[in-house]
Amino acid sequence: MTLTTLDAAVKGPTFHPISLSRKIKNHLAAVLFLVSFLIALVPLVWVLYTVLARGFRAITSPTWWMNSLYGVLPEEFAGGVYHAIYGSLVQAAIAAAFSVPLGIMVGVYLVEYGRGWLARVTTFMVDILAGVPSIVAALFIFAAWITTLGFQQSAFAVALALVLLMLPLVVRSTEEMLKLVPDELREASYALGVPKWKTIVRVVIPTALPGMISGILLALARVLGETAPVLILVGYSTAINFDIFEGNMASLPLLIYTELKNPEAAGGMRVWGAALTLILIVALLYVLAALVNRFLTRNRTKTR
Amino acid sequence: MSTEPPGRAGLRQGSGRWGDRIFEFLAVAAGATIIGAIALMGLFLLIRAMPSLQANKANFFLTDEFNTTDANNLRFGISELFQVTVLSSIFALVIAVPIAIGIAAFLTNYAPRRFAKPFAMLVDLLAAVPSIVFGLWGIFVLAPRLDPVARFLNDNLGWFFLFADGNVSLAGGGTIFTAGIVLAVMILPIITSVTREVFTLTPKGHVEAAQALGATKWEVIRMTVFPYGRSGMIAGSMLGLGRALGETVAVLIILRAAAQAGHWSLFDGGYTFASKIASAAAEFSAPLPTGAYIAAGFVLFALTFVVNALARLAAGGRVSGG
Repeated sequence: MTLTTLDAAVKGPTFHPISLSRKIKNHLAAVLFLVSFLIALVPLVWVLYTVLARGFRAITSPTWWMNSLYGVLPEEFAGGVYHAIYGSLVQAAIAAAFSVPLGIMVGVYLVEYGRGWLARVTTFMVDILAGVPSIVAALFIFAAWITTLGFQQSAFAVALALVLLMLPLVVRSTEEMLKLVPDELREASYALGVPKWKTIVRVVIPTALPGMISGILLALARVLGETAPVLILVGYSTAINFDIFEGNMASLPLLIYTELKNPEAAGGMRVWGAALTLILIVALLYVLAALVNRFLTRNRTKTR
Repeated sequence: MSTEPPGRAGLRQGSGRWGDRIFEFLAVAAGATIIGAIALMGLFLLIRAMPSLQANKANFFLTDEFNTTDANNLRFGISELFQVTVLSSIFALVIAVPIAIGIAAFLTNYAPRRFAKPFAMLVDLLAAVPSIVFGLWGIFVLAPRLDPVARFLNDNLGWFFLFADGNVSLAGGGTIFTAGIVLAVMILPIITSVTREVFTLTPKGHVEAAQALGATKWEVIRMTVFPYGRSGMIAGSMLGLGRALGETVAVLIILRAAAQAGHWSLFDGGYTFASKIASAAAEFSAPLPTGAYIAAGFVLFALTFVVNALARLAAGGRVSGG
């Protein structure tokens, strides 16, 4: 055997270059995935741009934030949506007052206590509730609260429907945040002889609080834009109404829906102005949620 | 998840015991409230719908008219509502699902790590836009732009039932075609987020095994990420379908009322369950006509219940659709 046989490789190279068709498919897939992401951004940018461009003039009017539409003629470029903002915020606030404590307790139940069939049925029902269309929730409140119990249409009825829509969102975010609390914290608390309920209230919930608050703010943003309940459960009013149990009350979605039937140019201005106002409020809540999440969480880790 | 506190034998029996009992009772009661709410929802809708269903002179499932003006001669059925609801939702799903899967694949496998999260939030922002705003955009901005597309499809593919002449005019774009596209945009975020979640859970070992066999990135995704994430894709699609079925105001604003029944064309108008109920909201005074709409609402409730339950089943447990 001479050395010359080792000058060349005994076997051909094992690695084949990737065939052209596989290369093409690979690149095509990458491009398609990128394109689908870009496609999703198109409506987002387009919607926001449209609302901003068409609603900008309305909301910069000095009366927009401070006046209602009381006594304003359909074709008049005057008045504002202060009454509708009040209605939207009040209805959402009442809904939050009910759904936040209840939702947090459900979350606590599912994470800290939930065992057995009751917990399984509860998580299932939370999922179902999250999928209930807002119109069905509104119709249920109409059938139960107004037809059966005999109450009037009111802002409070709207709030009750919003409770149903907000509840699953609060439960979900609470649950998620409670699950993130390390078990060591609970064990340390138990080791000090602290009863379970006090551990939950004083240790577990405070640790999870920033995340829970930001989840609640996002849930609020979600229900603020709900239109179906206000269509069915309360009438529109151009004036401000502070009474949540009686009379008609405007809200931003209801104002938009009502002004859609106004053929005058002023109607169009109000529609897009109210849409922009609604989006600004939702954006504010989103920013607030992000700030709460960032700053409160950071402080907590510092002090620990 | 949580650990149980140890037995308290020999320790001071303080307020903790009673506190524990009361607190646990409250927590369990809160959980039971949710179950009660769903049960009551079904019950009340059914009770309120019953008298109207009994007074109905037409077949509830097969009639396409919805006439409630004369309380003594109620004739209403859900066949037309069902057709419009299902057609618009399925059309929305057909558009949204491939795009959502593409986005999920992009976010989990292609986007630079630093940007994956902000990009995902951008898609989630679509869910933050109130549905009435989507409705306004859909009918005033999108519909005129879609007009040439709709006309092209109608002119060239009119022989196919989906693109045949509908029961409303193409002008203005108040058709299922427009509504379905807007619905697709609205359900995109939820399908994406559920799909993305399962895609990130793909076992690293599977991915590395495929890479070791010399698979290209696309082949890795096809052989590991997609098969592993199939349950998530199905669950996400089901959740999206549930949303599309129940979407109210965007559809109400976009769809134009039609005089005749539709024939499964995308260029039909009409009402979905949700938009029909919302359109009649102002007339909810006499109990029997109202009951007719509540009956339609009950069907929608049952429909979304089944779809959401299927989504859960597909995901093999809890689905977290934000």
